[in-house]
Amino acid sequence: MNKELFRTCPESGLQFHKPAETLMRTNAVLAVVILLFGGITALLVTLTRWPAVHLLEASQFYQVLTLHGVNMLIFWMITFEIAVLYFCSSTLLKCRLATPRIAWLGFALMLIGIVVNNAAVLNGDASVMMTSYVPMPANPNFYLGLILFAVGALLGCFVFLGTLIIAKEEKTYEGSIPLVTFGALTACIIAIFTIASGAVILIPTYLWSIGYINNIDAAMYRLVWWALGHSSQQINVAAHVSVWYAIAAIVFGARPLSEKVSRTAFFLYIAFLQIASAHHLLVDPGLSSEWKIFNTSYAMYLAVLASMVHGLTVPGSIEVAQRAKGLTNGLFEWLRKAPWGNPVFSGMFLSLIGFGFIGGISGVVMGTEQINIIIHNTIYVPGHFHATVVIGSTLAFMSLTYFLIPVLFRKQVMLPGLAKIQPYLFGIGMMVFTMAMMGAGTLGVQRRHWDMAFTDAMIGFDYPASAYTFMGVVGISGVAAILGGAAYVLVTVLSVFFGKPVGSESSFGFTTSTLTRAEPVVMPEGGHEAAGKWGFAAPGTFLLAMFFLVIFVLYYAVNWKYLASVWPIS
Amino acid sequence: MSEEQTGATSFVRIPIMQRILDNPFILLFIGVVVPTVFYIIWGIMEIVTIPIAP
Repeated sequence: MNKELFRTCPESGLQFHKPAETLMRTNAVLAVVILLFGGITALLVTLTRWPAVHLLEASQFYQVLTLHGVNMLIFWMITFEIAVLYFCSSTLLKCRLATPRIAWLGFALMLIGIVVNNAAVLNGDASVMMTSYVPMPANPNFYLGLILFAVGALLGCFVFLGTLIIAKEEKTYEGSIPLVTFGALTACIIAIFTIASGAVILIPTYLWSIGYINNIDAAMYRLVWWALGHSSQQINVAAHVSVWYAIAAIVFGARPLSEKVSRTAFFLYIAFLQIASAHHLLVDPGLSSEWKIFNTSYAMYLAVLASMVHGLTVPGSIEVAQRAKGLTNGLFEWLRKAPWGNPVFSGMFLSLIGFGFIGGISGVVMGTEQINIIIHNTIYVPGHFHATVVIGSTLAFMSLTYFLIPVLFRKQVMLPGLAKIQPYLFGIGMMVFTMAMMGAGTLGVQRRHWDMAFTDAMIGFDYPASAYTFMGVVGISGVAAILGGAAYVLVTVLSVFFGKPVGSESSFGFTTSTLTRAEPVVMPEGGHEAAGKWGFAAPGTFLLAMFFLVIFVLYYAVNWKYLASVWPIS
Repeated sequence: MSEEQTGATSFVRIPIMQRILDNPFILLFIGVVVPTVFYIIWGIMEIVTIPIAP
């Protein structure tokens, strides 16, 4: 091993392969630039859906909504995830990155794809939204940009897999790969399926847009496109769950309650998470109930089970670690005395709560064929996926960034006071935002309609006044969350480009906690159960899990009751 | 006589599930085949068998 190519972080002990480090930095910086652009479009969309403001004209609204969807759901997420893949392979396995030149080629293709796609939308003839359903045509460059980006991301996935092979051959680890790397592998596998599906449908659509193919079947397009559209969000889920495990280890020295169980849960993701795409097609004609119900209400539940396992084991491992350090009073001293002023932890924990309680429960409701009909294609749907993608994934990535600024970029976090409150502003703002969207969606407010008042429509429709109240709350909480996102971009950009270098005497800018890696937890006398209660190693987490299940069952039952009232059978 | 003296090596049987979880390419195969069969191929079969309107 050429030691000149490696750097060991003095604070965290992590070892960086320098070419990989540069790639991680570059991908992360590009991701934050996309997030900034996506955030500006988020503000414009929010101010238009806020009935009292209703900012943009219809044509501008759909253009901006297209930019917002593609940049946030595809470009920001996957670009950041490529950085995470390189970190989880090269750094965590302490080996060189496979073929950095191919990785740079992938980065270049991704960048060109982003520029080409955005230019097509900004040009005004590709306002087809992220789904770009045929036969609605877009400028060919819209599809071409997505294809180039996908090919670049695919190269990044292959570099990740190649790095796993190098690590195994050079024996840089013993036994199985670490759990966090295994989670990244899960994300990589889902990404490969996602990108392949995208190629299967977007290449013919591109050929159709330039006139080489006469017709793309709309039903077929929807089927295959959603294997790209929804599965791309499942990459995020696998990636952010990996980030949760990483942060639990970084901040608390926590180890998973059971590696076997956590790996099995990731395995369930690999096999069954992608097919949840079917819930987008639950009201499509042409697909049988057998196909719909198997894919959404049998196989998908195995992936839901996996999410519940992760949602239990991550806080459970934190509780065990905290109790081992003596925080054993009552059920929740471990949580009360957690480092809430450290954005690495607070962002991750809010991500976990929001993803589970809001995104997870609403996802199961949407995945059930019968009760899906109550909210299908309403603004409930973006309410759900903002809870999973924005609170779950984006907030987890933000919290990881506060760790990476000193460790990867070797800079102190600037504006530490703002960094401390940022996860709360963003996370709580998004929680209110998503729940208000779900409330409005339950009342029938459409997900993509520019004007919920249907002004000048030939056949008008009046939503109840409460729907307008919900959409007002969407506007206010959305602006609050966007300010939280702006705070993240500000802190990140200032720290990375203008921050003080981290020296051996540096404190990373935080006073309430350090961002160095915690020491691994030492087993207390009598075992972890002795530090817990009632024979449980993590009784507080167990109680939280029971609370979650009660909420889950109640909300599920309420939706069936609601279905009975909106569709009376006489 | 110890293993070192006989030159024999101990053989620890790795459970099949662990061998699957430790092999990224088997996982990749599963992660691509399962959704391709149950979601894409089954779905395409249903769509192509829709009778064409007269």
